[in-house]
Amino acid sequence: MSTVISANGLSKTYKDSRALAGASFQIQSGRIVGLIGPNGAGKTTALKAILGLTDFDGELSVLGMDPRHSRGKLMEQVCFIADVAVLPRWLCVKDAVDFVAAVHPRFSREKCEAFLARTKLTPRMKVKQMSKGMIVQMHLALVMAIDARLLVLDEPTLGLDLLYRKQFYQSLLEDYFDEDKTILITTHQVEEIEHILTDLMFIRDGRIVLDADMDAVGERFCEVMVGAERAAEARALKPLDERQVFGKSIFLFDNADRGHLSTLGELRRPSIADLFVATMKGTYA
Amino acid sequence: MNTLYWLVKREIWEHKGGFIRAPLIGGAIFLVLNLMTLIASEVVSGQNFRFGGNSIRELGKMLDDKQLAMVGMGLDTAMLFSTGIISVVMGFVVFFYCLGALYDDRRDRSLLFWKSLPISDTETVLSKVLAATIVAPAVAFVTGVVAGLITLLMYATVLSMHGLGVWQLLTLAHPFRVIANLIASIPMYFLWALPTVGWLLLCSAWAKSKPFLWAVAIPVVTGVLIWWVQLMGLMPSGNFYWSQFLPRLLGSVWPGSWFAAAHHTGGFEVGLNGEDNPMMQFLSLGNLYATLGTATAWIGMICGVALIAGAIWIRRWRDDT
Repeated sequence: MSTVISANGLSKTYKDSRALAGASFQIQSGRIVGLIGPNGAGKTTALKAILGLTDFDGELSVLGMDPRHSRGKLMEQVCFIADVAVLPRWLCVKDAVDFVAAVHPRFSREKCEAFLARTKLTPRMKVKQMSKGMIVQMHLALVMAIDARLLVLDEPTLGLDLLYRKQFYQSLLEDYFDEDKTILITTHQVEEIEHILTDLMFIRDGRIVLDADMDAVGERFCEVMVGAERAAEARALKPLDERQVFGKSIFLFDNADRGHLSTLGELRRPSIADLFVATMKGTYA
Repeated sequence: MNTLYWLVKREIWEHKGGFIRAPLIGGAIFLVLNLMTLIASEVVSGQNFRFGGNSIRELGKMLDDKQLAMVGMGLDTAMLFSTGIISVVMGFVVFFYCLGALYDDRRDRSLLFWKSLPISDTETVLSKVLAATIVAPAVAFVTGVVAGLITLLMYATVLSMHGLGVWQLLTLAHPFRVIANLIASIPMYFLWALPTVGWLLLCSAWAKSKPFLWAVAIPVVTGVLIWWVQLMGLMPSGNFYWSQFLPRLLGSVWPGSWFAAAHHTGGFEVGLNGEDNPMMQFLSLGNLYATLGTATAWIGMICGVALIAGAIWIRRWRDDT
């Protein structure tokens, strides 16, 4: 297992706001990493730094290269889908395939055509005639036909219906991902990627506030549903968060003694969404 | 090299309307107008229609050498005229193409798709320079020449109805020289257009919105300021900015603009000796490349290269998606 991305003290200040404030993290190959954070936390800036689209302070190595200096070379190994609306409207399917085949040394036309054959896209169809879902299908077919080592997805399923969203992640898992590839995803729809992630990173105010693999997340965090009569007892154990459901209280604990907690009530594994809400409490306050 | 080829092809895909359709439509309109003129002259006012200095009715009579040369001159001019009209259209196409080239994809965010491919920003910008300075004039001139040749045949056919042989007429014209002159002016166009192309690309890469306004407003406001400072007597008065600098900065994408500028600096004299067509001579290779002997040509080229380098740098680091 090798390190794909290594960031140390990543900082970036725009005119009036600090997008990244010394973020440090490492991403190993063969992982599917979710970079989750509220709006304005620095997610997109971090991705742009990784893709060499913006200047920044600090150290960053992507596949052993500095994205500021060797972007052209780096992009042979890195792919990204930014969000649904980025394919040029005048482009048709055939031209797109021809173009990428000509300029990308790691693109496989056969693979791409096989992916396209599973969709309703026809060679002469232009992007402006496609629905949002079809645009993503086309983009995904192009990207999955590239034998890249790192795939960066920034809100890839924004605005898609449920069928396209499911299909999107299913294709990625079944036809693309393997132990030599790494996928880095940011999204607000955490529920739909929860089960495919191997690693989870939370970003808040330009800093990484949680960086753990999913097993560790399951071990560290724990939810207990407690009846009203023992709520005070649970509260004394300093939970991260507390919310009310059907007259009971659900407490979220970080690194608490499970033996003790289980005497208070039923233990559950928290969802990423709940963990996120608890961690980001007060972000907009 | 292969990447550059595909990038240029990409530009043509995107701008088929401007690069291909506009000159074709221009040529078609030119042909239709010519045809209308010919038909009108035949039907309505044949006796008054003059061609190459001769009433068309009199062409049937024996012509001396000088008159024949005049007919040939008329035919050459008709051929060049089609390219001239298409060139004016092409100038506008190139102007607005350059303004949008590094701006449109930032606005619709398709920039992120192009930037996700292993293509350097230098290659991207250069492909746009080549599309503007080589592809556009090549298509325009080829269309112009074809339209010109058709015009030539049209005129020759009509004139032959008045007793002149088609082939004789065609030998009077100099289609090959016209074509050669036009093809030879493509490299000239490339060199000459660089400052305007560079400036427009720079504005296109830099502007957050309305690149046209920036590209035109900055130089015009600067000119007004200079004029004002001169008016106040704080600077020696002179017309250099408006007559030399501004046309080079904004107007060099129109083919043939080099003649005006080179003429202005006394680069060459228009020859008018006897039988030879002054227009042909004016457009001759000698005159064409005499422009290269002028300072404005070289300073423009150097500035153009610098502006393009600036556009590449901004394209690399501009971060507003």
